[in-house]
Amino acid sequence: MSLLEIEGVSKSFGPVNVLHGVDLTVDRGEVVGLVGDNGAGKSTLMKLVTGMYTADAGAISLDGTPILGLPPGERRRMGIEMIYQDLALARQQDVAANIFLGREPTRSILGMRFVDRAAMKRDAQAMIDRLGARLPAINRPVGSFSGGQQQSVAIARALTFEPKIVIMDEPTAALAVREVQGVLDLIRQLKADGIGVILISHRLNDVLSVTDRIVVLNHGRAAANLTTTNTDMAEVVSAIVGGGDMAEAAAHEARG
Amino acid sequence: MTSIEPKSTAPKPSLWARAQLGSIEQLHIRLESLIVLFVLGATMAILSPFFLSVSNFMNILLATSTIGVLAIAATFVLSSGGLDLSLGSVLGLSGVVGAAVAVKLGAPTPIAVAACIGAGAAAGFVNGLIITRAFVPAFIVTLGMLGIARGLALVLSDGRVIYGLPQTMVYLGQGRPFGIPMPVIIFIATAIVTHILLAYTRYGRHTLAIGDNENAARTAGINVEWHRLSLYTLSGALAGLAGLLFATRINSGDPTAGITYELTAITAAIIGGTNLFGGRGSILGTMIGALIMGVLQNGLNLLAVQSYYQQMAIGSVLVLAVFIDQWQVRKESRV
Ligand SMILES: Nc1ncnc2c1ncn2[C@@H]1O[C@H](COP(=O)(O)OP(=O)(O)OP(=O)(O)O)[C@@H](O)[C@H]1O
Ligand SMILES: [Mg+2]
Repeated sequence: MSLLEIEGVSKSFGPVNVLHGVDLTVDRGEVVGLVGDNGAGKSTLMKLVTGMYTADAGAISLDGTPILGLPPGERRRMGIEMIYQDLALARQQDVAANIFLGREPTRSILGMRFVDRAAMKRDAQAMIDRLGARLPAINRPVGSFSGGQQQSVAIARALTFEPKIVIMDEPTAALAVREVQGVLDLIRQLKADGIGVILISHRLNDVLSVTDRIVVLNHGRAAANLTTTNTDMAEVVSAIVGGGDMAEAAAHEARG
Repeated sequence: MTSIEPKSTAPKPSLWARAQLGSIEQLHIRLESLIVLFVLGATMAILSPFFLSVSNFMNILLATSTIGVLAIAATFVLSSGGLDLSLGSVLGLSGVVGAAVAVKLGAPTPIAVAACIGAGAAAGFVNGLIITRAFVPAFIVTLGMLGIARGLALVLSDGRVIYGLPQTMVYLGQGRPFGIPMPVIIFIATAIVTHILLAYTRYGRHTLAIGDNENAARTAGINVEWHRLSLYTLSGALAGLAGLLFATRINSGDPTAGITYELTAITAAIIGGTNLFGGRGSILGTMIGALIMGVLQNGLNLLAVQSYYQQMAIGSVLVLAVFIDQWQVRKESRV
């Protein structure tokens, strides 16, 4: 049993069919790259996993437990974290509020529960330090940060609550070279800790360097499932653009 | 927890920077609104010899209490990115319901009070239900409720003021324990409780987060629809409480009570620093805003300015407050 199992998942937005029966699995400590053209359906597939969208058909399970019926909060509690492409930060709130959004630690005073801001600030600072992120100030609204700094906050939020699987949708899009290396190191660290990772990225060099497997999505279908050590840039590109003989061959290879 | 190696420590902000950020932010008050309140008070004191007196101060607080409770309702809804235009009408409806239950049904005071606040909560619940389940914009739903609640108040009362509330109920509006008017006590108690709710509980934090970025709140696992529904219900209940204060103060249920009060309430909230588009808001700030409105009205009364002009003044203040806010935002984001 894999950590995450996606089976025959389909999704359409009104008349637009975005996903046609996609299969995907991720094991513990496995890094899977999810690549494909703009609009291939990568983000949509991942939002079905986190519960932001509801699937039309298919099944998704985490540790063998079906999750499609569960609300997003419940899935998060089970250990599914995602760094969204659009970051999904509350721009007027500070770093701690964003990292702990939806899971604020509380302490009890006279039987009532109040948000423990001191603990939030302390733990947020610790997490930011661990990531080696450089933020101007932890008690500033994150909307005043640069794109890369905001990305650090989004990453910190995903890693603070002992996730089982971390989905990263273009986590390096806004980052400078040094920070990109930081994220790639981080992914290797997560892998070493037995956490499953799905990396969505258009930077194929990064994907090739850090993943164990690469799944190519093409017009809502899993067009290829490649073992990273047995593939190269040419094969991945050809699967992404689709139709070529190499893509067909690669798909056969993966099935056989 | 993952064992990520520490790499570098972000530079700590200087002590001065921390002190500066901490002091005002911790109180959730905008310095500007305090200055406005002070300048306004000083001006009124110069213009009218009656302004600076203990009894006038109590008058201001008394006049502020009804509007203040409504402004608290407006703060919750606005900071969540919503809007409640039905506040004044729901105030009127609640007062009529409370008075009718007490006078026409002869119910004991606690039941009449519960009916009053319950009527407001019910109207707010209907608002929230339509906004979150039928996806009609809050602007339209609460504008509709503005008409519906007012009409219902007139229907229930037959268009007439319901006089003769029981003495225990009137105490809530006219009693003066320790010389302090009951509405002022109820207003301040409400403000303290709601301040704690908004600033120090998960409910409050989530309210601001939803107003800031609804999608972020949703991805964080917050049930946005349920939260919004509860906020509109809370807003209605607070309008019901304001209706109770109003009705017990004038000792009657007036179906025309609270007309255009939403204007004053929303203005007070925005002057107090609530973001019109959500994500920011504090009850302490709103209290300052409500006091500014109270001082303004009181001062204009003392100067014998006709109430028609007062309406114009309040409307102008609202537009001016939003203008200044937007101007600052643009100034900050200018490169
Ligand atoms: N909420 C939505 N409503 C309607 N259509 C949508 C919605 N979200 C996505 N789509 C459509 O689904 C398709 C797949 O979008 P998706 O965002 O999953 O692509 P992607 O593979 O993540 O692309 P990119 O690499 O550009 O991020 C697109 O054609 C898009 O227009
Ligand atoms: Mg995408």
